[in-house]
Amino acid sequence: MTRIRARRGRGSMWRVARAIAWRNLHTYVRRPDLFVPSLVFPLVFFASFAGGLSALGSIPGFRFPAGYTAFQFVFVLCQSAMFSGLFTGFSLAFDFEGGFARRLMLAAEDRRGIALGYALVALSRACITLTLLTAVALVAGMNVTGNGVDLFGLYGLAVLLVLVGYAWAAGVAFRFRSIQAGPLMQTPVFLILFLAPVYVPLSLLQGWIHTVASANPATAFLEAGRGLISGVHDHTALAYACAAGLIALFALWLLSGLRNAEASP
Amino acid sequence: MSQAVLTEVGALARRALLKTLRQPFQVFPIVFFPAILLAVNASGLKAATRLPGFPTHSYVSFAIAVAFIQGAMFSMINTGTNLAEDIESGFFNRLALTPLRRVPLIGGLLVGVAAMGALQSAFYVALGLAAGANLEAGLGGAFVIVALGALAALGFGALGCVAALRTGSGEAVQGLFPLFFVFIFLSSSNLPRELLRTGWFHTVATWNPISYLIEGFRSLFISGWDATALGRGFAVAAGLSAVALLGVAGALRTRLQRT
Repeated sequence: MTRIRARRGRGSMWRVARAIAWRNLHTYVRRPDLFVPSLVFPLVFFASFAGGLSALGSIPGFRFPAGYTAFQFVFVLCQSAMFSGLFTGFSLAFDFEGGFARRLMLAAEDRRGIALGYALVALSRACITLTLLTAVALVAGMNVTGNGVDLFGLYGLAVLLVLVGYAWAAGVAFRFRSIQAGPLMQTPVFLILFLAPVYVPLSLLQGWIHTVASANPATAFLEAGRGLISGVHDHTALAYACAAGLIALFALWLLSGLRNAEASP
Repeated sequence: MSQAVLTEVGALARRALLKTLRQPFQVFPIVFFPAILLAVNASGLKAATRLPGFPTHSYVSFAIAVAFIQGAMFSMINTGTNLAEDIESGFFNRLALTPLRRVPLIGGLLVGVAAMGALQSAFYVALGLAAGANLEAGLGGAFVIVALGALAALGFGALGCVAALRTGSGEAVQGLFPLFFVFIFLSSSNLPRELLRTGWFHTVATWNPISYLIEGFRSLFISGWDATALGRGFAVAAGLSAVALLGVAGALRTRLQRT
């Protein structure tokens, strides 16, 4: 009896999740004001960093076998993955402001399905963005010296980063239920990403930024990603462990946020 | 200009300046984002000073110029959003119904923006010096920076007004910010143009007027008094202001006809 009830519960959670995912993706691809910026900004970052800073590849001590374009591609890939999650948190906050999410809370059989549904939205949005980014990078002449398994590992890491960004932002959105909390979602992620070795490897950073970057989990993501794209593995296990740890932590944050939203008048 | 017009401009300029200064969410990005980006970029890109041909050993001196442009862009967003709010709330229509002349209606707001631009620029000069930048042009250079910052803020602020008058929506004005941020990214903001080795990027940065505005500010920190760089910087700021003011005049005419 308990097992049947648990199976039914899981079923209703997935039903809610699928409905939310379908509705949000439908809105996303039909609204150019949402769709276009989410595709254009990663490309602008990529063009600006890989194109504008390519001279940094010739700094004494800079060694990266796949070249500067691939070096920057990994940063933009990680950033786009996390921001796909963040922007889905924005959508959730917008839905709360418009009253839609409150109606959802009333109608959903299992409210965890709401959190899961938006997670599916984040993953789908990231899929579109990362595909386009990869295509543009390859057309721009990016070298990939890692093998197929390495690339699978790189995109697997990106998927985990989407979930990290989403779980953080959704936790904030459930608590504040307003888009006014947007800076609170965005600023910490932005800071963590830019306090990592974005432009040059960790060994070429000096002073306080070297100390901060050495303790920053985003450094592990970037080093692992760059290792995977070039086939020279570097901190891959650490990056996966950090990502899994952050997902677990932010999942608790998200679920307690959901409880908070349920309890709100 | 008559005394009455000056009084009207003064009153509206004061209102515009106080409206920005009294709203922490408008002041916060002006102070926080340029400061944090300066800290991150100056540390992360310090290694770039080891490139042959890099014009200075201090990346802070090189990077501080970008803060002035970011500040000017925040002026655009704040001005446009404030004007759009006035339109949405009906305040602008009520102002238009008073005997106030057309010039002070927007002129007051823009004088306030220029004053805010001057204040911001003075703050960024202090921030740069505190972070270890070297102002090669000395105290006189600081005054020129403040003047250029005010002119750039006026130009960008007027663009924000055009967007607000045309759309009457604060959300639409906010949407302009990322678009203009692209201009900073595709310029000589992080490396001098001579060191932009990717062909297409070099071409885009050379055609991008923001590169010359940045180089105008930067020259005072790095080379002292460089007439060419300063002339180009002022020409871009003045050109932008002239074009944007023409846009404001056209948009204001349309808006008042609708009213």
